[in-house]
Amino acid sequence: MSETSFPTADSTLTEFRDGVLATLPAIAAAVPFAVLIGALAVDRGLSIAESGLMSALVFAGASQFVALDGWTLPAPWLTLGLTALVVNMRHGLMSVSLMRRLGRFPRWARPVALFFMVDEIWAFAEARGRGRPLTPAFYAGLVAFFYPSWVAGTLAGAVLGRMLPDPKAFGLDFTFIAIFVFLIFTYRARPGFALTLLASSGTAVLVHLVWPGAWSIMAGALAGILAAAFGPRAAS
Amino acid sequence: MSVDPDTLLAILAMMAATVACRLVGLLLPAGIEWRGRLAAGLEAMPVAVLAAIVAPTLLATGWAETLAGAAVLLAAWRLPLTAVIVIGIVAAAGFRALAA
Repeated sequence: MSETSFPTADSTLTEFRDGVLATLPAIAAAVPFAVLIGALAVDRGLSIAESGLMSALVFAGASQFVALDGWTLPAPWLTLGLTALVVNMRHGLMSVSLMRRLGRFPRWARPVALFFMVDEIWAFAEARGRGRPLTPAFYAGLVAFFYPSWVAGTLAGAVLGRMLPDPKAFGLDFTFIAIFVFLIFTYRARPGFALTLLASSGTAVLVHLVWPGAWSIMAGALAGILAAAFGPRAAS
Repeated sequence: MSVDPDTLLAILAMMAATVACRLVGLLLPAGIEWRGRLAAGLEAMPVAVLAAIVAPTLLATGWAETLAGAAVLLAAWRLPLTAVIVIGIVAAAGFRALAA
């Protein structure tokens, strides 16, 4: 046990490297979208500095897209804040789940880790934490390149403006879909997997059809969680 | 390279909302163990959240996305992540080009 209780510098480096490597495909996918957000931001009248500041401080792609879509000058701060709240509500569920894995993190590091908890970083951290303890070094590796790439991509997009093609035309948004579907399937041996999947995706689609926007994620997630909690336990 | 006060206020409001959502977990102790229905619900959370994110794109956007989603689903059953990503990108770009 002493080996695991006192990690060596070598194992810290390995953990950090594993974290960096895990995010490389996600970075390749996220950068074109950061560029698009930067271009969209200057199109809406934000300065280059403001575009970069938004990506650095908010660091939540989906809510930035939705907010910029409805951005007017002067910026309606209350509406935009509420938009971010609704779009990012799922992160509340995700942080509750991730707290189980943060037992090895110093107390001060927990809010820092949660500040950087975008969908991809959360999903990779959860997947890592299932097989072995989640270390601060691995988590730092997840953030170390992903976060600067997001901010740099936004700045690049703001500088280049609207000369850029739409990443969707090249299918690049399907990188996220592929990563998420792949991660979903890594859980397929879990009891109640099919029930959760059906309840969540069915509810999300229904809510999306009635009321397009961010609510479908929260509604679907809650339906999947409730189905797992109150449905028949397949193998308990 | 100026920063407009209204824009800064809006960015800070978005940041406050996002950070508030992400810090909800701090209300609970770290490394907490759950039991019973709570544990079952919590363990289902990754699948429930991820499925709710991808389902509207895959099932209610257009047939190009649905077909590309089917390709990703089949690939994810057997292949490593990199292969699944490549298949997803190629399928999405291809089916969208056909649909356009």
